[in-house]
Amino acid sequence: MSLAELVASLRAVLPCDAVLHEIEDLRPYECDGLSAYRQLPMAVALPQDEAEVAAVLRICHARKIPVVARGAGTGLSGGALPHEQGVLLSLARLKRILEVDPIARTARVQPGVRNLAISEAVAPYGLHYAPDPSSQIACSIGGNVAENSGGVHCLKYGLTVHNILGLRVLTMTGAILEVGGACLDSPGYDLLALMTGSEGMLGVVTEVTVKLIPRPECARVAMAAFDDIRKAADAVASVIGAGIIPAGMEMMDGVAARAVEAYAHAGYDLTAAAILLCEADGAAEEVEDEMHRVERIMQMSGAVDVRLSGSEAERLRFWAGRKAAFPAAGRISPDYYCMDGTIPRNRLAEVLGGIEALSAEYGLRCMNVFHAGDGNLHPLILYDASRPGELERTERFGARILEMCVRVGGTITGEHGVGIEKIDQMCAQFGPGELEAFHAVKAAFDPDALLNPGKAVPTLRRCAEHGAMHVHGGTDRFPGLPRF
Amino acid sequence: MGQVQHLIDEFRDVLRTAANGGAPLRIRGGGSKDFYGNRIPGVDAHMLEAGGHAGIVEYEPTELVVTARAGTRLADLSVELRACGQMMAFEPPHFGPSATLGGCVATGLSGPRRASAGAVRDFVLGVRMLDGRGNDLRFGGRVMKNVAGYDISRLMVGSMGTLGLLLEVSLKVLPLPPAETTLCWEMQEAEAIGRMNQWAGRPLPVSATCFWDGVLTLRLSGAESAVRAARTKLGGDEIAAGAAFWESIREQKHAFFRGGGTLWRLSVKPTLPPLSLPGPQLLEWGGALRWWRDGGGKTGSDALGVRAIAAAAGGHATRFRGTGAHADAFHPLEPAMMDIHRRLKQRFDPAGILNPGRLYPQF
Repeated sequence: MSLAELVASLRAVLPCDAVLHEIEDLRPYECDGLSAYRQLPMAVALPQDEAEVAAVLRICHARKIPVVARGAGTGLSGGALPHEQGVLLSLARLKRILEVDPIARTARVQPGVRNLAISEAVAPYGLHYAPDPSSQIACSIGGNVAENSGGVHCLKYGLTVHNILGLRVLTMTGAILEVGGACLDSPGYDLLALMTGSEGMLGVVTEVTVKLIPRPECARVAMAAFDDIRKAADAVASVIGAGIIPAGMEMMDGVAARAVEAYAHAGYDLTAAAILLCEADGAAEEVEDEMHRVERIMQMSGAVDVRLSGSEAERLRFWAGRKAAFPAAGRISPDYYCMDGTIPRNRLAEVLGGIEALSAEYGLRCMNVFHAGDGNLHPLILYDASRPGELERTERFGARILEMCVRVGGTITGEHGVGIEKIDQMCAQFGPGELEAFHAVKAAFDPDALLNPGKAVPTLRRCAEHGAMHVHGGTDRFPGLPRF
Repeated sequence: MGQVQHLIDEFRDVLRTAANGGAPLRIRGGGSKDFYGNRIPGVDAHMLEAGGHAGIVEYEPTELVVTARAGTRLADLSVELRACGQMMAFEPPHFGPSATLGGCVATGLSGPRRASAGAVRDFVLGVRMLDGRGNDLRFGGRVMKNVAGYDISRLMVGSMGTLGLLLEVSLKVLPLPPAETTLCWEMQEAEAIGRMNQWAGRPLPVSATCFWDGVLTLRLSGAESAVRAARTKLGGDEIAAGAAFWESIREQKHAFFRGGGTLWRLSVKPTLPPLSLPGPQLLEWGGALRWWRDGGGKTGSDALGVRAIAAAAGGHATRFRGTGAHADAFHPLEPAMMDIHRRLKQRFDPAGILNPGRLYPQF
């Protein structure tokens, strides 16, 4: 089918300004947050309601044209990278909050609604939507569903999959699936879980019912400095072992702490080998208790310094450092590459030791930030793309890190998704049987493989051909957006 | 270890033989939930006894993760966890001493803590399973955060054994609450529904609620100080045998559940006003779960009627126990949803040998 025919058929069902096809109009959609991968689509469709989305899908289905759905485009794995023969389906215009029920504690929203906008809208009722990915000011709830996004509070409050109740989903044929709803469970298979984190491969979400929870009365954070990363890792295990589930627990290694201190002036100890932040939230009495228990555990684990936030301003300052880790990396290095493995917490010291050895082997610096509560590790490899061969060395370094994560019982991606970026590492994580099952699930929803083709699940042939893992470099397209 | 692998090989052979001959299998762990779901048609369904594949594979309390074989008894697992000050936070009903982890995951049933802590599916991190062709597959993992591949582990929860035979399950576990207290108030149902929803919207450590026969019962769980503070805010009368009360609700040994007839489970929006149904009701989960015991009467349960009521309230109705009106156990699916279900089933179990009909008669 020619471009002209495609545009004409889309314009028959969408307003004129909702179909883009000139190169300069397509350019803003050529990549998502992972800008190392760029591709122009044939056309961009910008429907404004569910009926228009369905119409676009029906046109593309009839003509066997691939469709890539896109929310805010902040994803870090290239999941919204356009298909050169396909339509890029932007859900950005579906951005209405349809209903807030403060008594039943739910909100029904369109997929283009920003994550933070939900919490802002329900704040007057003392409620919020718990998952808070670092990009929450910009990322959309539809994208959060596609990636099963988390946030710094997910050990205690869960990921997207734990905080949504229902979805309206359009299949590639334009049929509506009502998955879940306003109650706590639904009959049949748990398609809500299957859709969450499916990276736009199974259907297009047109409505999300989210769960709202009460805002905690107060929050405080403890900041501890350690002279040995193993002691910090022990402290994390001891906090959990003591029966405490912190609202957030974050660790930085010494390289990261020094980089962020120069940038954010959070008051971190510049000689520390590791900085640990541990937040408690809840009723005032409870937080007071927990903070002092955490303080004692840190001291017993050998912290050289422990400070408790005494005010909201101080709490935010302690956090400011952690939240500045990515921009700080950008300040001390021309380029950096963020990895996203998850490991069992008790293997942390071993994995960090391994990363240090690899860092020496490849002659590249690496700073580590760690969602310590849930085991999600973000090594930031610092490199200079203008130096010949350095990007390739970075890629190999990154691949080795992910291999190590899989080897210690972890995973290649904790929260950024597979997308196009980590598709080859899927071959290291799963065997042919599991990959076949994933393809079977895909085929049950989208037999013609028109939704986001080529992402998330590699073909068996691709795994056979690539053999060893191969990681591509990537840089962040949104330098101004918080990333942690 | 050799013995464990031997048993898995045996399971695989049973599955392959059944698949080749097209002979249906009925998977059974401890048999404690045999009553649940539809009867598998045909007298010739061969019983696949899976309860022997038991034992904890790995448990590291500071990781908050336990991995156990599917035949592990819930009672044994609870004891192990409790010894380390931890629990399955979804408070699974056992319905008998033989209840297994596999059965718990396959039925997807959660107990009183569900509304506040989450359901079985919220705590499943990974599974190892044999599909309908005997392929040994692992999905998810032993870590909290994992977005590699589709979430097939959670798809298994509540699938009633129709997609595969569970071999191992990894669960997130949580610390036992240091303090717990149970309070009660006498009030009307409408007021109780209002209170439960109102309290759920405030930062209070409410961990379970129940309304029956003019009494609202509520459990607070958490840090000593948090429970004490909430207790002061809420008032009510403290009851001494709190733990026994919640166990009687979880295990359906409470007076409400006694007697014959059909027990219906309605999952609805928590704010739904009192339902007018002939026969006693008991509410849980802040109003989101309504148990209705249909006394039987002359006509038996009106399945269509109760399902229409549940659906109008944005929910669904399950025939939980009893065979009233010969209704299917589970709420019917819309055609587009049924279509997806059949295709998933076809792909995981092409010969249709795994618990056929137990979830829906169509597959």
